Amino acid sequence: MEATLNSIIAAAAPLVIATMGETITEKSGVVNLSLEGSLRLSAMTGFVVAFWVGNALVGFAAAAVVGAMIAAIIASTSIRLKLNQIAVGFVLTLLAADLASFLGDSFVGERGPRVPALPIPVLSDIPFIGKVLFDHDLVVYGSFLAIAITWWVFYRTRAGLNLQGVGERPEGAFARGINVNTLRFWYTVLGGAMVGIAGAAYSLDVKLGWRETLTLNLGWIALAIVIFGGWHPLRVAFGAYLFGALQVLAFHLQDVFPGLAQVLPIAPFPLMILALVFVYSSGFRRIGDRFPRMRNLLGSEAPAALGTVFERE
Amino acid sequence: MKALRAATPTLVSLVAALAFGVVLLLLAGAPPFEALWLLVQGSFGSASKVSATLLAWSPLLLASAGLVVTFAAGLWNIGVEGQIIVGAIAASWVARSFPGPVWVILPATILAGAIGGLIWALLAGALKTYGGVHEIFGGLGLDFVAAGMVVYLVLGPWKRTGVASTSGTDIFREEAWMPGLDALGTGWPVIPVALGLASVLIVWLLLRGTRFGLRLKAVGRNPRSSFLLGIPTNRYVLGAFAIGGALAGIAGTVQATAFHHKLVPSISGGYGFLGILVVLLASFSAAWIAPIALFFVAISVGSTQLDLRLGLDSAFGGVLQGVIVLFVMIGGAWSARRSPVSPAARGEP
Amino acid sequence: MALEIRDIHKHFGSVRASDGVTFVVEDGSLHGILGENGAGKSTLMKILSGFYEADSGVVDLDGEVLDLRSPADAIQAGIGMLHQDPLVFLPFTVLDNFVLGSPGPVRLDRSSARAELERVGSELGFRLDPERLARDLTVGERQQLEITRLMSLGAKVLIFDEPTTGISATQRIQLFSTLHNLAEDGLIVLFVSHKLEEIEQLCDSVTVIRQGKVVFEASMPVPSEVLVEKMFGKIFVDEGREPAPLGAPVLELSQVTLEEGTTRVEDLSLDCTAGEVIGLAGLEGSGQRTLLRACAGLLKPTSGHLSVDGKNLDNASYRDHLAAGIHYLPAGRLEEGLVEGISIAEHLVLTSDDTSFFIDWDAADEAAQQEIDDYSINGRPSSPAEVLSGGNQQRLLLAMIPDEVRLLLLEHPTRGLDVGSAAYVWQRLLERRSDGTSIVFASADLDELLRYSDRIVVFFAGAVFAVRSAVDTDGEELGYLIGGKERA
Repeated sequence: MEATLNSIIAAAAPLVIATMGETITEKSGVVNLSLEGSLRLSAMTGFVVAFWVGNALVGFAAAAVVGAMIAAIIASTSIRLKLNQIAVGFVLTLLAADLASFLGDSFVGERGPRVPALPIPVLSDIPFIGKVLFDHDLVVYGSFLAIAITWWVFYRTRAGLNLQGVGERPEGAFARGINVNTLRFWYTVLGGAMVGIAGAAYSLDVKLGWRETLTLNLGWIALAIVIFGGWHPLRVAFGAYLFGALQVLAFHLQDVFPGLAQVLPIAPFPLMILALVFVYSSGFRRIGDRFPRMRNLLGSEAPAALGTVFERE
Repeated sequence: MKALRAATPTLVSLVAALAFGVVLLLLAGAPPFEALWLLVQGSFGSASKVSATLLAWSPLLLASAGLVVTFAAGLWNIGVEGQIIVGAIAASWVARSFPGPVWVILPATILAGAIGGLIWALLAGALKTYGGVHEIFGGLGLDFVAAGMVVYLVLGPWKRTGVASTSGTDIFREEAWMPGLDALGTGWPVIPVALGLASVLIVWLLLRGTRFGLRLKAVGRNPRSSFLLGIPTNRYVLGAFAIGGALAGIAGTVQATAFHHKLVPSISGGYGFLGILVVLLASFSAAWIAPIALFFVAISVGSTQLDLRLGLDSAFGGVLQGVIVLFVMIGGAWSARRSPVSPAARGEP
Repeated sequence: MALEIRDIHKHFGSVRASDGVTFVVEDGSLHGILGENGAGKSTLMKILSGFYEADSGVVDLDGEVLDLRSPADAIQAGIGMLHQDPLVFLPFTVLDNFVLGSPGPVRLDRSSARAELERVGSELGFRLDPERLARDLTVGERQQLEITRLMSLGAKVLIFDEPTTGISATQRIQLFSTLHNLAEDGLIVLFVSHKLEEIEQLCDSVTVIRQGKVVFEASMPVPSEVLVEKMFGKIFVDEGREPAPLGAPVLELSQVTLEEGTTRVEDLSLDCTAGEVIGLAGLEGSGQRTLLRACAGLLKPTSGHLSVDGKNLDNASYRDHLAAGIHYLPAGRLEEGLVEGISIAEHLVLTSDDTSFFIDWDAADEAAQQEIDDYSINGRPSSPAEVLSGGNQQRLLLAMIPDEVRLLLLEHPTRGLDVGSAAYVWQRLLERRSDGTSIVFASADLDELLRYSDRIVVFFAGAVFAVRSAVDTDGEELGYLIGGKERA
């Protein structure tokens, strides 16, 4: 049992980091639709750079840069050139994915450095919880940090509140002296960098090595998880772990139901859609009214200005 | 002269995209100009290659034509991939289950494909209009479901005789194949190309020359004004999905009965998403679809040569296509910055 | 400490929103900025609060010239603005709204913020529940929230843009006493409004703005007639006109209550006979638009009855209204009337009676050219709607009106048009009267109301304030009525 939970947490860690990044981006009002391509390209880059240099950390840094650059293209073309974020994001999805396949071709099958396991002394000896939570590597601990920091910044700092304001009502934020477009740009880049790190986590940690199908559909799933999670870091993380659990379940069941293993990884998406329809329904909203403290956690509204361009005049 | 000046940003972008491709090839350690020449040869170098390119052109034409309609209605029909797949499934079902000579099966598979794609698209449309689910997510979800359905069929009920394999179902009997003309011994894909070009023509006519098309465009540009003018906007949105889905479904039929002659997991060939790129590059207008689509499939088909001859991943073709669209979009927006938009009635109290 | 504004200019495209504005306000005063819609008051205030950047001119506070390039600059200088629609964040709590944007340490200490909110709030006499969501607050409460926030930021100048739109009478009384207290505490309070009575009741001094310029400045009290005259300019006294043909009632509204956002119209009864022209007067937000939209079928009455030609339309859809011969022309020509990117000919095809599947473009172009000639539209059949000037857009909208209409509902039909275009629009509209078409229109132009209406219904604060026959009234009285006062 502990081993299963352990593997779920480990398997979901990169997805957690990616979804935290996209949550930050979308909270500021920008949609980074390119996740499917970004994850792939940054996974490849992280692996290749780590392979050349012989150091996984450098690989992660390179991957973060790639993710940040893709995000920067979306942010700047939207803010400066008024291009549609969805259009640019979609083109970048295909472009980045193909770039990854092309450039990574000669590295398929190679063995590269990996992130070493790092069980935390003392804590990992605690029965049950120790094995589940503290017997991992830096990437997983990083994912925990990502959840904690994102949550803390959003709801316990001024910067986080300002960020939420920017995505919700940019004119209001602007009237309060906040520089809307600058913030949007940098938060989008930050989110992209986190996606990049997540990509590298797949090629240097969770799945090891590079092949075209390494991060298959995970980018699209990440986008759905952000919506499913109502743009709240804790709920989004929950969605990521849920998906991780489904993946592990599929793995274990594939001997029992042969066809299922192919189908199960695909099933979460339509499940997400059903969840979305339910979450938008009035019944769910009434639960939120019953527990006002939990309102943030249970709310499901997109930042009202998501995907829009802010113009002063 | 004015036309040349208007085309300058596009031309500059195209050159820049090509330059990017060259740099990329150099990075991959490949001789750039030889590689580019291989692209051309790979798609037009011989009669059989031209035939293959034309065959690839057809589903892209169909999918793109359908996307022009959905874009005209202001929709991001990302579900197009799933619509192609379900169309292919429907056509495969007819091909496998119905006896009869070719002139019966052919229209039956085309019709089945259209219906399959149409239903799949209407699902996405219903999710949007009645469930409040944005068509991007509805479409993506349905793409995944369709992909799952295909895998299930290929490995399960429709599996190849013997051992189930992801290489697909049994090959359809020959009467179910979409016929080509046996000139030159290679069978030119006359029917698929005809279907493709006809779809582009029909869509062009529909949007330019009919009231339906005009109302659709109005809904896409300003749903509010359209509603006030008395247009039933929901019905038109669903209608757009239906048409887009039907055309995508026929693309699926072509893929199943003309190209693969069986059902395979990768039956959509990526033509749905590629179609979105084509329409973006064509600035959503049907007029340029045909040449741009031909250009793009030439790149796709040609890039398979890169793998065979130079050992390069054929994804280079996809990179080139993506870079072209990205640069042209940026170039277009950049030059539009110069001429400020007229504020018209934008006064303030 | 005085606020001095010198020669401010601001244009949007070809529209001069501020055309050399200059005035001075002393501290500790409640200063009114009076003017009608479109006069330029809001633009000026947005410049003062840094939301817009002026093209040229100087803003001087306490002897120091301010460089106002963004709201951050204004906030630093101590200038705060309460927008007409308070810019609060609806899904957030009162407390979060209070804190957002305020300076302070990285970590957000909500408990000390709560204490601050209560302290400043109670000083101002407000009772705000920190945990309530902003979207559940009334407009008046949102104002209180914003005032509290601006005060806690140390505002020295507070601008209130049309603050009494959409608040209850009790809240208004409270707001006014708050404003008095703020002025007594030494702040400069700018009160922007179109409501005469409030300016007279509240302000120590007043500046009147018309068409982007300052036309009058004085200490209160100032006689109302003077204010009215300065606000509206020269009033055109209309010459005699034909009385309306009496016919069967076309539109009948009986004790109708309408609710739309923050506007509420109660217990409205109105009849309109065939061929009659009714003008709806009053400033924005007073209820005219709500009435027009209800007649168009975009808003269902909460209670009461609405019928056209004897047909009850209480629960009818928009398309039912269209079928009943009602045609609605909204004020936003490009936002709600025309479709950007679609040409004149295409618009006319969209509204023609022809229902054939295929469009005969040659015939359509010919028909379009005919309408272009008929309505003197400056454009070609292929011209897209957005390149037409406002006047030509309006002519196109006129050309799109179906031939057989029972009730024409118009929102600001000649807004932004020059005198010639406006006269032409009315000439075409009045032609329809002889067919029995009734016209109900809302306008801010007193000339227009007097000249073309048979009856004028004046709205104020969501209710019908007065009804006059056009021949029995004049511009001066209308000015009073719109400002919420009866002429003495």
